[in-house]
Amino acid sequence: MQTTPFAIPSKAAGAGRTFALEALFWAAAVAAIFLAPRRLLLLNEIAILGLFALSLDLVLGYAGIVSLGHAAFFGLGAYSAGLLLLHVTTNPLWALFAAALSGGVLGFATSFLVLRGTDLTRLMVTLGVSLLLGEAANKLHDLTGGADGLQGITAAPVFGLFRFDLAGHTAYVLSLAMLFACVLVARRITASPFGMTLRTIRDNPLRAAAIGVPVTRRLVAVYTIAALFAGLAGGLLAVTTQFVSLDVFDFARSADVMLVLILGGTGYLYGGLLGAVAFKVLQDVISTLTPQYWRFWIGLLLVALMIAGRDRLGAVFKRVPRAGGPS
Amino acid sequence: MLTLLFDGIASGMVLFILASGLAVTLGLMNFINLAHGAFAMAGGYATVLLTTHAGVPFLASLPLAFLIAAALGALFERTLYVHLYARPHLDQVLFSIGLVFMAVTAVDYVMGAQQRYAEVPGYLKGRVELFGVGLGRYRIFIIAVCGAVAFALQLILGRSRFGAQLRAAVDDARTARGLGIPVSRIFTITFAVGSGLAGLGGALGAEILTLTPTFPLKYMISFLIVVTVGGTSSITGPFLAALLLGIADVFGNYYLPEIGAFVTYLLMLTVLMIRPQGLFARPR
Repeated sequence: MQTTPFAIPSKAAGAGRTFALEALFWAAAVAAIFLAPRRLLLLNEIAILGLFALSLDLVLGYAGIVSLGHAAFFGLGAYSAGLLLLHVTTNPLWALFAAALSGGVLGFATSFLVLRGTDLTRLMVTLGVSLLLGEAANKLHDLTGGADGLQGITAAPVFGLFRFDLAGHTAYVLSLAMLFACVLVARRITASPFGMTLRTIRDNPLRAAAIGVPVTRRLVAVYTIAALFAGLAGGLLAVTTQFVSLDVFDFARSADVMLVLILGGTGYLYGGLLGAVAFKVLQDVISTLTPQYWRFWIGLLLVALMIAGRDRLGAVFKRVPRAGGPS
Repeated sequence: MLTLLFDGIASGMVLFILASGLAVTLGLMNFINLAHGAFAMAGGYATVLLTTHAGVPFLASLPLAFLIAAALGALFERTLYVHLYARPHLDQVLFSIGLVFMAVTAVDYVMGAQQRYAEVPGYLKGRVELFGVGLGRYRIFIIAVCGAVAFALQLILGRSRFGAQLRAAVDDARTARGLGIPVSRIFTITFAVGSGLAGLGGALGAEILTLTPTFPLKYMISFLIVVTVGGTSSITGPFLAALLLGIADVFGNYYLPEIGAFVTYLLMLTVLMIRPQGLFARPR
């Protein structure tokens, strides 16, 4: 197992600067509450998307698993939270707990499916799982409301104190707090020997196994943790918007989160968050210009990015050097 | 019952023509091209426009659909796809998703979101009774055309000089180049023909499948199922997989409409679990 000798040089390279940048990022995120009180709903969406992208980063950026169906966990989390709020309790924190738990359980169960096969098989399996769940949510009309979505969700005030207001104050603060907690956890995980072994697996699974990394167990673990985060993100969407519809399982959602992560850059945790900011602002601007056709420009952006090479992007933000090799 | 089976075979055949190009680009060339359906859609809309607006007879519009989609395919391959052959799969996935988004919205912008139908000529409408089974004439036509195409494909890939060159170029592009095989031209031709076949499938299927701007997204999973379940070592695998999927789909829609696509996805996952290389392929 790789331990300190490998971890120290990369961490020491710019630890102080990295920390300052991180602090700046969170300070900006908190300051946004006061600076942009009219855009809190958008900020809430950004925080949720950021958390979702963070989850994908763990899978894709750190473990190198290409997933086309990450929305499966997001969607399941959203429906779990929504159903719990509707039928069991209106406590939003329990709903979030249920969302994270259900995402994690699904992640654990399906992790064994993505261990096998090539990139293509993984793509198909992840895509298949999300389609399967989307179809199930569509057909289980009595439980999920089918195409109409879950309606009439009400969430009680957080801690009995903070009501979910129309401006999105509580929503954004809650999402931001969850995002912050998850980033801390992810930061701890990826900096640990566990995180180092993940990168080893990503760069060369065969060699990783040869030097004694338990590849299967590591992948199962990271996939489960990532799914838990994605479930939590879905839960946050359900709790803060108090509505869940079939589009949480949409293929476009899985594709979008990939774009978000690529925009920000993979493999350094903040890529997803910065990408989420860029993506949502971009979407906001384009969709005011052409409400119906904003996806065209997103597509064009993707194509242009890929032709230009995605390595060049995100290098701007990157402070922590990482071992080379495609993710 | 037999009519259902027949319909299933027909839609399976269309599916095969649609996916056969993908079976080559994805299966042989190992390029994950999620935008394959966009070329099929181009063929479908080409037929619709040609028959309704330009007054081209339906039969003549089919080869034109093939040519238009093939030309588009060649153009995109030369300008865009060629840069991504050597890239990681992730890049290919993102690139082709971007293309899909562009195709979907562009067609929506130009053609509108409503479903379009191709005008099938009178002699292909209606049914014929054969051994007491009612068979749609158009379905018979489809099976004949697709069967011929499948047969020709099998011959070309397996027996011809071009097929041998293609297989060599795929197995080891460097060595093939060294032997004087024009690898990049072969890839372009293959890609163009694959796109053209998708266009032909889209044109033929304009009657059976629903032709809307979201076509590439909607049928993407079907194409991928055909290729992954069928396996990538031969053209017979995808052919059988397409037939299976077509038949299962028609039967599922008839007998179990409540579950529908659920079963298809579940079956696909199970197959991929048991045989990641595909149902009809030998593990390499």
